[in-house]
Amino acid sequence: MENNTNKYLRLSGLEPLVVTPESNFINVGERTNVTGSRKFLRLIKEEKFEEALDVARHQVEGGAQIIDVNMDEGMLDGVEAMTTFLNLIASEPDIARVPIMIDSSKWEIIEAGLQVVQGKSVVNSISLKEGEAQFKYHAKLIKRYGAAVIVMAFDEDGQADTYQRRIDICKRSYDILVNEVGFPAQDIIFDPNIFPVATGMEEHRKNALDFFNATKWIRENLPYANVSGGVSNVSFSFRGNNTVREAMHSSFLFHAIKNGMNLGIVNPALLEIYDEIDSVLLERVEDVLFDRREDATERLLEIAETVKGNKKDVADTIQEWRSFQLQDRITHALVKGIDAFIIEDVEEARLSVSRPIKVIEGHLMKGMNVVGDLFGSGKMFLPQVVKSARVMKKAVAYLQPFIEAEKDGKQEFAGKILMATVKGDVHDIGKNIVSVVLGCNNYEIIDLGVMVPPEKIIETAIKEQVDVIGLSGLITPSLDEMVYVSKSLEQQNIKIPLIIGGATTSKAHTAVKIAPHYQNTVVHINDASRAVTVVGDLLQKDNTLYKNQIREEYDKFREQFLGRTKQKEYRTIEDARARKFKIDWDATKIIKPNTLGIQTIQDFDITKLEAYIDWSPFFRSWDLHGKFPEILKDDIVGTQATELFADAQELLKKVFDEKLLKAKAIFGLFPANTVNDDDIEVSSVGLSAVEDKEIVKKDEDYTERSRSASEDKVRFLTLRQQLKKRDGVPNFALADFVAPKNTGIKDYMGAFCVSTGFGTQQLAEAFEKENDDYNAIMIKALADRLAEAFAEYLHKEVRTTHWGYAKNENLSNTELIKEVYKGIRPAPGYPACPDHLEKTTIWELLDVEKAIGVKLTESLAMWPAASVSGYYFGNKDAKYFGLGKIKEDQLKDYAKRRGISKDEAKKWLNPNLAD
Amino acid sequence: MSNIKQEIQKRILVLDGAMGTMLQRYNFTEADFRGERFKDYPSPLQGNNDLLSLTQPQAIADIHKLYFEAGADIVETNTFSGTTIAMADYNMEDLVYELNYESAKIAKYVANEFTNRNPNKPRFVAGSIGPTNRTASLSPDVNKPEYRAVTFNELREAYKQQVEALIDGGVDLLLVETIFDTLNAKAALFAIEEVKEDRNIDIPIMVSGTITDASGRTLSGQTVEAFLTSISHIPLLSVGFNCALGAEQLQPYLKRLSNETDFYTSAHPNAGLPNAFGEYDESPEEMQGYIESYLKEGLINIIGGCCGTNPEHIKAIAEVALKYEPRNTVCSSAVEN
Repeated sequence: MENNTNKYLRLSGLEPLVVTPESNFINVGERTNVTGSRKFLRLIKEEKFEEALDVARHQVEGGAQIIDVNMDEGMLDGVEAMTTFLNLIASEPDIARVPIMIDSSKWEIIEAGLQVVQGKSVVNSISLKEGEAQFKYHAKLIKRYGAAVIVMAFDEDGQADTYQRRIDICKRSYDILVNEVGFPAQDIIFDPNIFPVATGMEEHRKNALDFFNATKWIRENLPYANVSGGVSNVSFSFRGNNTVREAMHSSFLFHAIKNGMNLGIVNPALLEIYDEIDSVLLERVEDVLFDRREDATERLLEIAETVKGNKKDVADTIQEWRSFQLQDRITHALVKGIDAFIIEDVEEARLSVSRPIKVIEGHLMKGMNVVGDLFGSGKMFLPQVVKSARVMKKAVAYLQPFIEAEKDGKQEFAGKILMATVKGDVHDIGKNIVSVVLGCNNYEIIDLGVMVPPEKIIETAIKEQVDVIGLSGLITPSLDEMVYVSKSLEQQNIKIPLIIGGATTSKAHTAVKIAPHYQNTVVHINDASRAVTVVGDLLQKDNTLYKNQIREEYDKFREQFLGRTKQKEYRTIEDARARKFKIDWDATKIIKPNTLGIQTIQDFDITKLEAYIDWSPFFRSWDLHGKFPEILKDDIVGTQATELFADAQELLKKVFDEKLLKAKAIFGLFPANTVNDDDIEVSSVGLSAVEDKEIVKKDEDYTERSRSASEDKVRFLTLRQQLKKRDGVPNFALADFVAPKNTGIKDYMGAFCVSTGFGTQQLAEAFEKENDDYNAIMIKALADRLAEAFAEYLHKEVRTTHWGYAKNENLSNTELIKEVYKGIRPAPGYPACPDHLEKTTIWELLDVEKAIGVKLTESLAMWPAASVSGYYFGNKDAKYFGLGKIKEDQLKDYAKRRGISKDEAKKWLNPNLAD
Repeated sequence: MSNIKQEIQKRILVLDGAMGTMLQRYNFTEADFRGERFKDYPSPLQGNNDLLSLTQPQAIADIHKLYFEAGADIVETNTFSGTTIAMADYNMEDLVYELNYESAKIAKYVANEFTNRNPNKPRFVAGSIGPTNRTASLSPDVNKPEYRAVTFNELREAYKQQVEALIDGGVDLLLVETIFDTLNAKAALFAIEEVKEDRNIDIPIMVSGTITDASGRTLSGQTVEAFLTSISHIPLLSVGFNCALGAEQLQPYLKRLSNETDFYTSAHPNAGLPNAFGEYDESPEEMQGYIESYLKEGLINIIGGCCGTNPEHIKAIAEVALKYEPRNTVCSSAVEN
């Protein structure tokens, strides 16, 4: 199971580090060490962890492949400091990507470090100093924690300071580790002690040379073991003279590596490039390192004075990104999660805009969008995003007082958001991100945490009067739970917008499974940055327009989605007929119309229609989208809508006052029965006379006309849905709403045509002549509305009086618009009966053109345009539906029934033919 | 009992499929979850699948049986959440030992039945050790990045209890799986090593991580190689990946893993990615196709399924697994050469 590839030292942070013979010297960053850096010690003592992390980040950015962390200082709680700092590093992916070297002389600090790093780290260090038992015990635990180890050349007698002591102790340590503890040899890193040279003391002369030789011996005699050391020690006696120190470090490193040292602690800022060292200086340095001359130290000291003067300030490397443009700096800080400069950058941004909030909406959101894009494309991962959110939060916190100052100093949140991961689910990272980002945008977050039962969500929502409820979940059963929560909210009559998020949620699921159960707005949000816009829109003062748009969007999406998923499967027409909508005719009480036969209204008092107008489509015709009357107060289009509405009112008054438009109608109610599944036979014989009223006049010669038309009978041809639906869901045709002839039951239906278009054309032309296009369009739009209102009005009259099946109906206009009444009035050319040819049958039955003058054009449009025609179905189960697509078999059958060629049938029904 | 080490050299071993997906078919109600014994338990218990080993043991046994019948060599115990940490959600910390012990017993009983019937195909039980619901190297509070909701020692103790109960119940091997935070897994491995030392036993260990997103990393941010490096200090039977991704998406990561490790490898992917409704709809045939592609490349020694897979998937996988030789570990191929 083992082979040589396993014999390399392998370490890991978020990314792996493999030390192979080919890899260059592995450089360990040393600045996050309280014993070696006074600055770092101060930062830790003062708990300035952000700046302390910057020290670590600079190390990594400067090329450190491992970072050494040491908290050994008398005044520090080492365990606590090590734990806290390593935990902080774990949330900084650009630091955590490299392995950690846990550096302490105290075992409890080392163990604390080992318990918080997920990667394979290096313990620095253990030795035989305290005896074999202790050494073995620690080694066993380090192995179990999954770390490599640095072993100091140190034993019960002290530190190894000669070549022989070095190799003896290393050999002994190695044998114990490998043979007794079972420690992997490749995970052992020896530190054979780098001591200062050129100290002036005789016993230090061979310190470097002994190290080189010991290193060579270890690499040749202790298989797979590695060698490391703290390089800066070697130049200890030249502190203050960086030129010499750098030369010494470079040279020492060069030779140590040649002898087999493969990792070590070096301050890269204190390292000259070997080839660029002044040749004289280099020669004298190497004389010292190799102890080549008796006077080596003196000669180096001599030259040291002449090269003194630090040629470069080894302060932090200049951060190039600080010279970017403002927006780029902010984006960089957000993407990298660096908060060191965010306050000054945000301040600069604040001074450049008119209102502080614009910094959030502009600079910061722009940066967060970049974060979102990178995350979405897999170029950033979760911890980085969380970090970005933190920088964002800090920026917002800074801006907060300025934003509040604008609001007269009142502490005011933009809204209260309840956030919860639903019952049964414990995943909350996404939810937390959304919470943070919303929090950044001045929303008060009430986070109920995870596994939140619906009752708690409801209770909190009511008690806290939240503005939005956010539901999150990751596992798939949470999808059902969200449906359940939305139903529960609805049952409690809660009217708070719902936002849905989490990895398995989708717009499709939200639209199809959740939105239908909840009357208030339901929005799916797939990323945190979108949460801000959505919540912002939901919480604007007049949000009706937005909410309606969402509702419409989701309704449409649902239809499309359901349509798409089922598009491919159809039933044969026979099969579809077998699955017709079945009304229990025996149990159905059919009401005979009070007045059978045809009635016309020649000159209707058009002012009666004002109350029946549905204004929303009027605004839509002007490209102003929104629901009336809320649209009048809409933030974006409100002013324009109000103006338009005033103009419409003015013109409408003129129309009413001057009787500029004429309204006419014709309608009839007849005995009718379904025949052959999809056809409705309407009979106009044997009808009793209709009572003459002022505005209702019996059509004198209908009998004669009917006779001339196919023996008093006409047939409406209806089309049947063929889309394959799940079992139990019928395939509708309008014919299903009328009793079949073979039941022997007498049933009824009606037909109608109304128009308010007479005079429209003339008026429009008059306006056009005066270059008043505005009113020319306006009058047409108004006439259309009046025609619809007339149809609505007439339908009501039919229901309550002429047919009379709904005598006690008392509905408001809004309810009429919502079609909550009993019975339907579908119109040819619309979803339930897209077949325009049916108009010819209506015209034939009612003799529309002769009676009221509404004509059918060649393409079967009505003229005047402001006209509506259709059928009346009075059955209580009658409902609107969409035909959807039909198949070839029904087309053929239809052509036969209609008595036209298949090609002609195809022409009329083309939009409804399935591929 | 650990002749799994011999079996794995002979052929590709098949691991079972999802337990949760199968349990969903039963539509157990709150009352079913409670059974007679927990009728009056103060917390809601629906969704505590591990509890079903006590209240609906027959269902658990039947599911194991279905997987063995489908051709699985190894089934996992119903103990994914069997730690005091995960059970705290249901206030059932005190039941952890019993849950694991009984789950192991049930699985082992069914496994023995099958082994006795056909001793040439011995069946094994892997004690399932899930990740718990807390992360040891990520803070749940973005404003307090240094905070941890669980410590290494808390995890280690919880895992130790689970491991002891599983071993007492008779499992043949341990499976530390769905690892989204490597530090959690390291605590589990630490605990296993302690139990091994305390009892002076050896038990094969499978380790299976989870690649969570498009970046190709674990939730705690590690790459495939970093993850592998972080858990290779313990002698493992196998290392692999499961959950989060479908078989197709998992392949590149398995390839990297297979290249880098001398341990045997395993994979138990989901039945594709969840669709808009959270359902896994990859068919057994589709999944079989993807898995055949692993086998063709010689990436795998142990193969099974995670979320959304059922006995039909396992059957399809077992069929195709028969056709291919197991992956050569680097060493054995070197010997052959």
